Amino acid sequence: MKHLQTPESRLFYMMLIRSFEMKVAEMFAYGKLAGTMFHLSVGQEATAVGAIAAIEEGDYITSHHRGHGHMIALGADIKKMMAEMFGKRTGYCKGKGGSMHIADIKLGNLGANGIVGAGIPIATGAALALKYKKSDKVVLCFFGDGAVNEGTFHESLNFAALYKLPVIFIIENNKYALSTPVEKASSVPELYKRACAYGIPGEFADGMDVEDVYMVTKRAVERARKGLGPTLIECKTYRYYGHSRSDPAPYRSKEEEKKWKERDPIEQYKRKLLANGVIKKEDLEVMERKIEEILNEAVEYADNSPYPEPSEIYEDIYTR
Amino acid sequence: MGRILTYREAIREGLIEEMEHDSNVILLGEDIGVYGGAYKVTKGLLDKFGPSRVIDSPMSESLIVGAGVGMAILGLRPVVEIMYIDFTPLASDQIINQAAKYHFMTGGNVKVPLVIRTQQGTGRSAAAQHSQSLEAWYAHIPGLKVVLPSTPYDAKGLIKAAIRDDNPVMFIEHKGLYNLKGEVPEEDYVVEIGKADIKRVGNDITILTYSKMVHSCLQAAEELEKDEGISVEIVDLRSINPIDNETIKNSVSKTQRALVVTEANKTAGMSAEIFSRVIELVPNIKKVARLAGKDTIIGCSPVLEKASIPSIEEIKKAVLELLK
Repeated sequence: MKHLQTPESRLFYMMLIRSFEMKVAEMFAYGKLAGTMFHLSVGQEATAVGAIAAIEEGDYITSHHRGHGHMIALGADIKKMMAEMFGKRTGYCKGKGGSMHIADIKLGNLGANGIVGAGIPIATGAALALKYKKSDKVVLCFFGDGAVNEGTFHESLNFAALYKLPVIFIIENNKYALSTPVEKASSVPELYKRACAYGIPGEFADGMDVEDVYMVTKRAVERARKGLGPTLIECKTYRYYGHSRSDPAPYRSKEEEKKWKERDPIEQYKRKLLANGVIKKEDLEVMERKIEEILNEAVEYADNSPYPEPSEIYEDIYTR
Repeated sequence: MGRILTYREAIREGLIEEMEHDSNVILLGEDIGVYGGAYKVTKGLLDKFGPSRVIDSPMSESLIVGAGVGMAILGLRPVVEIMYIDFTPLASDQIINQAAKYHFMTGGNVKVPLVIRTQQGTGRSAAAQHSQSLEAWYAHIPGLKVVLPSTPYDAKGLIKAAIRDDNPVMFIEHKGLYNLKGEVPEEDYVVEIGKADIKRVGNDITILTYSKMVHSCLQAAEELEKDEGISVEIVDLRSINPIDNETIKNSVSKTQRALVVTEANKTAGMSAEIFSRVIELVPNIKKVARLAGKDTIIGCSPVLEKASIPSIEEIKKAVLELLK
């Protein structure tokens, strides 16, 4: 994506994602949001930004329940996203979808999803459509470590490999499927190894390092564009908060959280860019101010927007 | 001009015409290519349209429907086949939570012009996992349209309408109808989804039914006319979501007596829904009853199978009961 081609822009978007998520948490605490189904991706910003930086305009993604970061990395309208969190009719889904169902085909997002693993066959079908249209575009299919144990994972990877479809399967392995750790859920916890069952490349990326995610994804995207078929990528990352706003994450230790936070994708990248002289301290301040402005504007917009009318329950069930 | 085609040939012709008319129409399903489909509906289509448009899938029902959703989102008009409706539970998330809801939950941002072709019903001693009538499950889901053609004419017209529809449509064939013959026009036509058809005009009682039961009801009606002088009107709903309230209302208002007949078993089935609608639409109706399949599991033996669904004798008896 053009807007993610410089280190500064990658840092900026990671910071924007985190600030958006923190603002969502804040608005949740104020009772401003619709429901409790907010799955924050704090800690996982590098996977969203690194992977999406590796695709182009006209490519597509499918996202999942923890999908705010993907949408923001694509360049979403933050006001419309925030309004959707508030359940307002000016949101991306007119208040009908909420946090888990944002889609914008023009932007390249074929949809987040509330059902674990359900986006995998949909991404595969989208890739089949692209191949049928003889397009050189690709689909990035994001899902978590929980989804690899759904049947859709196997059905889709097998099919995509058989037909050499232009789809890149990205596991955002944040260690926990709600409360269940990968080691207790997957007999082979190195999830990228599953690729060998389908005869496709299985790649590992450091999900806390935006440049590593970018490079690994880029390689897979180039392969897919050449018609060489799908790749499975495992990005090892960490979810700083619980599964949703109702989960305080009692199943893991503070030591573990601390260990991962020491490798924070944003702080790490900041340090690197400052040390290399790519950015200066003042640049960071400018970014922070801009982000604050964007989010304040988004909250104001969402707050002042109307709720849907009750009669809207009958709209958009069917299209004409 | 009409010719005589079988139900199977009529569906095939509808598919061919839409595929010729629109290169976005592509087929995906198990054994639909070389093998021509379990009931041979897609026979010859692989040769005609090639493997990029007639795609054989592995045994992966979730993938078949999910890939259909993905293709539809990107502007294709996929027709996916699930060999037996009894296998749709394997794909039920993709049907119920994805295809049906995508348009609504994205606030209208995304359309899913997907057709899910499948077949159901008894008649081949296929036993418990290959003979059910599960249409009520899908009629219960807002966002899906559900059609069940009973004749070659309706089958062709409805498959063409389903393919041109921008919404997901469950197109439910009946395994006992594939060899049924009937007149089918050569010229382009569609049967509007949501419109019932009066298959027989009568004055004394209305039978509301669909799919293969239409034919059992027609035969019962002929015998009742001949033996008892009773004039039965038969409304073939053709579509159970949406339901044609107007035709139900007009017919039942005229006859004042209605019998609902379904092959599907009674409890929580479509017969309950149609029965309730009759009362809502014509509150002063004199008499209404329903005759549904028995609340049992379909057995393999032809004796058990036959006993599980309404017979012509039972239909006649129910009509006579209502006219007492």
